[in-house]
Amino acid sequence: MSALADSSVRRIGAQVLRYWYLLRGSWPRFVELAYWPTVQMIMWGFITIFFTTHSSWIAQAFGVLLAGVLLWDTLFRAQLGLSVSFLEEMWSRNLGQVFVTPLRPWEFLASLMTMSIIRTLIGVLPAMLLAIPLYGYSVFDMGLPLIAFFVNLMVTGWAVGLFVISLILRWGLGAESLAWFVIFGLAPISCVYYPIATLPDWLQYVALAIPSAPVFEGMRGVMLDGVFRTDLFFLAAALNVFYLALGSAVFLWTFHQARRRGLLLQMGE
Amino acid sequence: MDTRPAPLDAASPEPGDTPALAVTNLTKRYGDLTAVDDLSFAAPRGTTVGLLGGNGAGKTTTLSMLLGLLLPSAGDVRMLGCDMVRDRYRVLGRINFSSPYVELPLRLSVRQNLRVYGLLYGVRGIEARITEVAQALEIEPLLDRKTGKLSSGQKTRVALAKAMLNEPEVLLLDEPTASLDPDTADRVRGYLEDYQARTGATIVLASHNMAEVERLCGDVVMMRAGRMVDRGTPRALIEKYGRTTMEEVFLDIARAQRELEA
Repeated sequence: MSALADSSVRRIGAQVLRYWYLLRGSWPRFVELAYWPTVQMIMWGFITIFFTTHSSWIAQAFGVLLAGVLLWDTLFRAQLGLSVSFLEEMWSRNLGQVFVTPLRPWEFLASLMTMSIIRTLIGVLPAMLLAIPLYGYSVFDMGLPLIAFFVNLMVTGWAVGLFVISLILRWGLGAESLAWFVIFGLAPISCVYYPIATLPDWLQYVALAIPSAPVFEGMRGVMLDGVFRTDLFFLAAALNVFYLALGSAVFLWTFHQARRRGLLLQMGE
Repeated sequence: MDTRPAPLDAASPEPGDTPALAVTNLTKRYGDLTAVDDLSFAAPRGTTVGLLGGNGAGKTTTLSMLLGLLLPSAGDVRMLGCDMVRDRYRVLGRINFSSPYVELPLRLSVRQNLRVYGLLYGVRGIEARITEVAQALEIEPLLDRKTGKLSSGQKTRVALAKAMLNEPEVLLLDEPTASLDPDTADRVRGYLEDYQARTGATIVLASHNMAEVERLCGDVVMMRAGRMVDRGTPRALIEKYGRTTMEEVFLDIARAQRELEA
C-alpha cells in the first residue's frame, strides 16, 4: 500500500475509533441500536402470524413480510448510522477541530460510512438471529442474494444520509430531526411489503427511480419465485452509484459553502 | 524520540527564507459586513506574533482563515510556503491549533481524544507522546477522565495537549491560558517558551491577556474593526502610545474603536 493510501486508512481508522469509543462507552446507544429492529421484528412477526391464519396469499408470504421488515431496517439504520455519527461531531462542537487535521472530507465520509456498517450490524443482526428461534424463519436462507440486497440498501442509506448531513451542515442542528424521519418518506415508494405493480402507473416510474424499490422487488423474486433478478440488481446498483455520487458532490459543495460562510467553527447546540 | 508525523504527504515547498506564515491583503466580507479588511503581516520562523484587539476586532476570523477553516473573500495566506486556500492538506499535519471555543468530544476520555487526534495527525509512538505532553502540561491525572467532566481550565490544558501532539512547526493559539489560574497560566507560558526554544516553532497568538502578550510576543498586530491599526514589538507600542503597559495600549485602541462605532 502506498504511503498516501496508508495515511488515509490511518486517518479513517482514527475517526472510526473516535465513534467506536463513543458507542462503546454508552450502553443506551447500544440498546437503542438493537431496540427498534427487534421491536419491529416482533411486532411484524405477530402481525404476520395473524394474517397467516386469515389469508391464503399471506400464508405464502410469511418470510416476505419479515424479510421486508429486517431489510427496511437495514436501510433505515444505514442512513441513521451515517447521520448520527455526523451529528456526534455537531453535538460536541468538534467539527472545527476535525477539519484542521489532515483528514480530507472524503476520508471523513469514509469513516462515517464505516461506522454506519458497524452500527447497522449491531442493530439488525440480533433481530435477524432472534427471528430464528421465535418464528423458525431465517433471513439468511436467502443465501448470496441477501448480501446483494444488504449492500445495495446500505449504499442507498448512505446516499440519503449524505443529503441529510449536507442539510444539517448548511442549516445547523435545527435540521437535526431530518435524520430521524426523512427516510420514512421513501417507505411507500420503496414497496417494502407489496409489489411495485401495486402502485399507480405513474408512481411506478418514481419507484423505479429510487434504488430501494428494485431491491425489495428483487427480494420478493427470490423468496416467492426462487429467482434472483439480475436486471433489478443492476438497476439498483446503477441508481446507487448515481445517488451516492450526487450525495457526495452535494456534501462536498456544502462543505465548501460552510468554509465560505464560516460555519465550521460555529456549529453546535 | 522523534514523534513528529512521518512526511507522508507531498514534499513541502519551502524555499530557504520563506516565512512560516505570510498573510497578504487578507479580507473577509459577509455581505455588507467586513470582518477582516486588507490585513497583511508575516511571521518569520521561530517567532511569536500576537493578534490583539477587542471583541469583534477580527482575531478569530483571522485565525480561522489562517487555518483554512474559513475561505477569504480576497487575499492570500501562505503557511510554510503553502497556499492555505488551495493546498492546505500539504501542511495541516505540520501545524496545530488550540481554542477554548472549539471543544473536543466530551464523552471521550482525555486519553481517547489524544489517541484519536494523534492518529489523525500521524504521530509516531503515540502512547509515549501522550505521556510526554501529559507530563509537560500536568494533565496525567486527567487522562482517564471524561473530557466533559473537566473544569474549564483543565479543558484548556487538554486542548493545548492536543495541539502539541504533532510537535507543530506553526502553532495557532486562541487564548491559550483562558480559565487558567495565574500559577498554571505561568507554567503553560513557560512550556510554550521552552517548546519554541527547543523546536524553533512559530506561534500565532490571539489573546486578551496583555501580560501574556508582553511576555510571549516579539511582534504584535493590533486590530480594530477588522483592520490592522498598528504593529510592533510590545516595547515599541508602549513607547509609541506613551503608556507603561500593553494593557493601557490595548485600552487606548479599544476605546478608539468604541468611539468609532458610536
